[in-house]
Amino acid sequence: MIFYAILLTPLLGIILFSFIRKARWAVSINLFISTVNFIAMILLLMRWQTTPSFFILHAHEQLYLDALGLIGWTLTTFIGMTTALFSYGYMLQNLQERRITLKRLQLYHLFYQSFIFSLLIAFSANNIGLLWVAIEGATLATVLLVSLYRTPEAIEAAWKYFIICIVGIALALFGTILIYFAAQTSLDPSHAILWNALALHAKTLNPSIMILAFVFLFVGYGTKAGLVPFHFWLPDAYSESPGPVAALLSGLLLNVALYALLRFQILTNLSLQNGLANHLMIVFGLLSFVFASLTLHHQQNIKRMFSYSSIEHVGIMTFAFGLGNAVAILSGLFYLIIHALIKSAIFTTVGNVMHLTHTQKIEKIRGLLKLNPWVGWLLIVALFAIAGAPPFGLFIGEVGVFLATLQTDPYLAIILGLGFLVVFAALLRYMQSMALGNPDKTAYPTPPIAKINLVPAGLHLLIVLILGLYIPSFFMQILKQAASLFIGQ
Amino acid sequence: MNANAIQLLLSALLLLTTFILLIQRRIDSMIYTYAWQSAFLSLATLAASFITPYQWDLFFSALLIFALKVIFIPWFLRYLSHRLSSKNPSDNATSLVARPFLLSMIASALVLFSYNLTHSLRTSTQLFSSNAIAIALSIILLGMLLIITHRKAVSHALGFMVIENGIFFAALILTRGMPMKIELGIAFDVLVAIILFGVFFFHLNTSIDSLDVDSLNRLREGTEL
Repeated sequence: MIFYAILLTPLLGIILFSFIRKARWAVSINLFISTVNFIAMILLLMRWQTTPSFFILHAHEQLYLDALGLIGWTLTTFIGMTTALFSYGYMLQNLQERRITLKRLQLYHLFYQSFIFSLLIAFSANNIGLLWVAIEGATLATVLLVSLYRTPEAIEAAWKYFIICIVGIALALFGTILIYFAAQTSLDPSHAILWNALALHAKTLNPSIMILAFVFLFVGYGTKAGLVPFHFWLPDAYSESPGPVAALLSGLLLNVALYALLRFQILTNLSLQNGLANHLMIVFGLLSFVFASLTLHHQQNIKRMFSYSSIEHVGIMTFAFGLGNAVAILSGLFYLIIHALIKSAIFTTVGNVMHLTHTQKIEKIRGLLKLNPWVGWLLIVALFAIAGAPPFGLFIGEVGVFLATLQTDPYLAIILGLGFLVVFAALLRYMQSMALGNPDKTAYPTPPIAKINLVPAGLHLLIVLILGLYIPSFFMQILKQAASLFIGQ
Repeated sequence: MNANAIQLLLSALLLLTTFILLIQRRIDSMIYTYAWQSAFLSLATLAASFITPYQWDLFFSALLIFALKVIFIPWFLRYLSHRLSSKNPSDNATSLVARPFLLSMIASALVLFSYNLTHSLRTSTQLFSSNAIAIALSIILLGMLLIITHRKAVSHALGFMVIENGIFFAALILTRGMPMKIELGIAFDVLVAIILFGVFFFHLNTSIDSLDVDSLNRLREGTEL
């Protein structure tokens, strides 16, 4: 019951936004729907806690929610709610400044809820074809959000995002068909496409087909996650999209692509037993991490800089899941949650910074602490958090991944450790130049920032700080349940 | 002629139309070639629905392909390209591909590559299915080649649709199509994608005054903003 309530609330939003035209109504209803969705999610989590079930099956086994999907749902509804809170003020301001029209605001809300709906479907799809349809849907829903401002730059970014991602994801469809084909001999056609049936009978799948299938799936969903040779669209799309959209892309879309990759990693590992999936993930994860942490050093645009930070972190996560031992999987899952929270906090904060300084150029952003202490401090805290400084949750994730690497491949740990230092140094330098010093007050008038726009980022960072100091047992239990999918206990 | 021979002929025609698409000089002829390719795909689906009796799913798929890919998408693309390109006559004067011979050589190499790659998939000794799977993969790779080598936005849309045709053909021969619900979901996504392409043609036309994506060069590493 609650399961369907969560799934269908965004659908209700899609229907409502087809009619609502008043701006203030629209932003309020968007916030209201997202909040209701998250409250329903809390109810589902409470039920999960009282009856520790390992999964829920629904709709003739087409929908399936296990601990891994539950993490996805919780993140989607929570970040969906906080971003809706941020976009409340942000979009009204944009409307006032005439950067968007009333019609585009309606479009924004329609696609916002379609995006959330696609993500919820993707995280709970048992049918791997449905998983593909949902992820493609999430891509299509965000394309016009990236180009919402209709500037030539935004249109170029959206075009690149569109063409690269739909071609990439088409390859994932081919991989999905190959898996369906590999299961034809051992399962009946209606079950050969269900993930839980495939996982149960993984050993009977034709291994040579599974190899080919995983390569296609890896390239397809890897493109969407922004792994290195396929990452070109990502910095453009993040830097040209409006603040809340960048928060959604970095906090949620990246996760869903990684989630799909993990599902097929589990399946391929169960079937092949030779670690091909793990090797691919280690190589490309490390490649993304090294490339992005070096590129991070010479960025001039604040949003581009943070998008390279996203590539770097998705690299670490892919690497961690590729390592495949218990410590690595647990830290990888923990890392995924913390990164989503911090990154969406960062992009909402950057939205505020841009509102203050009217620029994305790092060298023109000076003395934020004096310009607006709230925004300045939020940016400093967020930068420390994303760099993996000790009191914050990401530190635990990084230490976990590092220890797991020492356990399995000590040589790779050297690269990893050096990379962490390089990233930390880069972020510290950017923090110093942007937050400290004296602002150039003559250059631009500094408008006030409504306190409500600071709440989402503050809330996220608070949670990250708490998780860095204390991990609740229920939280740990879900992580362990999700990790057991990988290790197969 | 038995059913297998018909299917083999149709798969050869699918590959042939992909080659023709790759070296067409004008957008209009590309769109027509695409319509022909989709018609062959629709026929192949229809043939498959007769081989295995009571396969109403495949029969329905064949109708869906015919309506969507033979009629609607070509009409839509032609309408858009006519409406948008008339403003800028210099765009239409030059040929789409500079070196058609080189391009078809690369394409042939890709076909050989996909025969090599799908070697492990040939579970049955049947002439049709062992060839067809290699052809399906070739069509996917050639669609990507088309996107890489062409610089018009309309060709990119066609390249994506060719990849989609290749994937559908792969599903048809490997697994007799995907389950109907998924098939409908994919068709819906394709429809939304083609409408988004249409929206983009208008946006590109207003922002860079042409549909030539080579003009999209504002966003680079380290450019001034």
